[in-house]
Amino acid sequence: MALTVRDLLKREERFSYGHRLCPGCGAALTARLVMLAVNEPVVVSCATGCLEVSTTIFPYTAWRVPWIHNAFENAAATISGVEAAYKALKKKGKIDKDIKFIAFGGDGGTYDIGFQALSGALERGHDFLYICYNNEGYMNTGAQRSGGTPMCADTTTAPAGKVIPGKMQWRKDLTTIVAGHHIPYVAQTTLHNPLDLVNKVRKAIETPGPAFINVLAPCVRFWRVNPADMIKICKLAVDTCFWPVFEIVNDEWKLSYKPKEKKPIEEFLKVQGRFRHLFTPENRHLIDEIQKHVDREWSFVLKMCGETQ
Amino acid sequence: MKKRVPLTGNAAAAEAMRQINPDVVAAYPITPQTEIMMTFAEFVADGLVDTELVTVESEHSAMSACVGAAAAGARVMTATSAQGLALMHEVVYIASALRLPIVMCVVNRALSAPINIHCDHADTMAERDSGWIQIYSETAQEVYDHTILALKLAEHEDVRLPVMVCQDGFITSHGVEPVEVLDDDVVKNFIGEFKPWYPLLDTDNPKTYGALDLFDYYFEHKRQQFEAMKNVPRVYEEAAKELSKITGRQYPKVEGFFLDDADYVIVVMSSTAGTTKYVVKEMRKEGKKVGLLKVRLYRPFPKEEIASLLDGRKAVAVLDRAYSIGAEAPLFCEIKSALYDAKVKPQLASYVYGLGGRDTPPSLIRSVFEDLISGNISKEEKYLGVRE
Repeated sequence: MALTVRDLLKREERFSYGHRLCPGCGAALTARLVMLAVNEPVVVSCATGCLEVSTTIFPYTAWRVPWIHNAFENAAATISGVEAAYKALKKKGKIDKDIKFIAFGGDGGTYDIGFQALSGALERGHDFLYICYNNEGYMNTGAQRSGGTPMCADTTTAPAGKVIPGKMQWRKDLTTIVAGHHIPYVAQTTLHNPLDLVNKVRKAIETPGPAFINVLAPCVRFWRVNPADMIKICKLAVDTCFWPVFEIVNDEWKLSYKPKEKKPIEEFLKVQGRFRHLFTPENRHLIDEIQKHVDREWSFVLKMCGETQ
Repeated sequence: MKKRVPLTGNAAAAEAMRQINPDVVAAYPITPQTEIMMTFAEFVADGLVDTELVTVESEHSAMSACVGAAAAGARVMTATSAQGLALMHEVVYIASALRLPIVMCVVNRALSAPINIHCDHADTMAERDSGWIQIYSETAQEVYDHTILALKLAEHEDVRLPVMVCQDGFITSHGVEPVEVLDDDVVKNFIGEFKPWYPLLDTDNPKTYGALDLFDYYFEHKRQQFEAMKNVPRVYEEAAKELSKITGRQYPKVEGFFLDDADYVIVVMSSTAGTTKYVVKEMRKEGKKVGLLKVRLYRPFPKEEIASLLDGRKAVAVLDRAYSIGAEAPLFCEIKSALYDAKVKPQLASYVYGLGGRDTPPSLIRSVFEDLISGNISKEEKYLGVRE
């Protein structure tokens, strides 16, 4: 049964207050909602990144569950080991309870440096949930471009300069790549509606085998938006179809949200400082190209979900 | 009932692993180690062990999964060589700093480039500062014994550090030797039950592993690692003594061969110690006062034992199957350092030998002793068996 806000309010916060993430941070809200959704015994592994450095500054920890940070690229491999240990000790009768396993990584730790470890862990079929908190760049180290950074975003390693208008490549479609592993549960969402994430986490955690959720989690600092507008940005991401939300259960694609009226991509771009340079007459064609790309990606998702335009 | 069976070094490692029956093994194939994992995978497939075998997609993930499994509370083992160990490097440091008692069988192989599959010690020498204990094996028998000893040592409460058990690629790993194997129950009793300290799987008592440690705590935590390593010699001696009682074999940190009255000494590790023993015996017949000092425990480095054993010798040659390009070779450098406090410092010679598996026959070892005896000693690093 789907969880409601009322259900969540009764639950203990397992990702506690007192961490040092920024106000309005998408990663913080993602972690909080995921940890509210999972009320079973759980072990968490976390890749190096904002979520890790800001929540476990020794001698403090914001995690009220067993938690391990190993390195940047190996959150999935680390949780593989934890899960294997669980299976071994359970088989030997040294553990009797059921335990769940979650790995968190940013887009840098998931799309790029941790991609191999993630793919391997999915292929081996460990029973775990991988959450990518995707803030579209290496935000912990100061907004460098990643494989998840969208076209034309102004980043510190692909800056919008006099000649080059930011990142000049399309982001990779990681969710579809993960779906290519044909694992039992894959989903894409953002923070437009907290219950969408919470209930996807429930489904993922209840599904035996590997599960993956790609959560667009804005970085208010480096997307250069008002922290109070974080949720609004997520809503614009889904209403412009910049970030379609859907799930793939045993290879069956299902759309989770279809905007009544698809908004133009400018609506999403114009509220973010990282795209400000696009709003000049000479860069108008770039917005048109981005729109075309968004349309193409949206058509692909609709087709996969058996939906019409 | 001990039994004597023909085993390669790799098969000896796998046999020890079968008897240890670890909870988790995570490993990736690489020559010349692969045979260990293949043999162990057969044990898993045949139900001879209870191990969860995690067949990862890289050595980086192998060590990462080992860290996760050990932190979870499992008894964990792995194996690798050369490029695999180099790829693990980042996580090798993490394993020791998180104080996880992982045992890793390393089959020594030269590091690329040029790519080469044969033996030298560059791979494990590159990890000498990583906070792992390192034990070097001369024979397949030692591989077997050391692997069992390593587990006991790693899991001791005063140690809680990972151990590399090293053997020479192909020379030991693929050479068949008679190996005396203990009964399964004897091994089981020797290693005992593993009781993890702060397991992640104890979900009622949540612990945070791998927190961010800045300038206010990092140094103290590293200091604790240094202290743990200082406990190793004592625990090693206790564990080695206990194992000796069972096997009848000795495991001194450094081992002398015709050393008592030797004026001219070669210091060397692993299989070349065997070759050197042969040469020492031959030359003793000729009345030459030559001897061998074999270093078994390389980390922690048994500095005092080495200093006292070499003090007063006429000349000592240190043979390194590794290098530090632009500085002195690692074993030589440390032997030289150990002799700083010696009352009568021997003359010292440094030889780099056997890189990339270059054969080191008795004739070459004899030439080193002859250099020492004839006083053909210089401060220059020499390269044994290279074509100039």
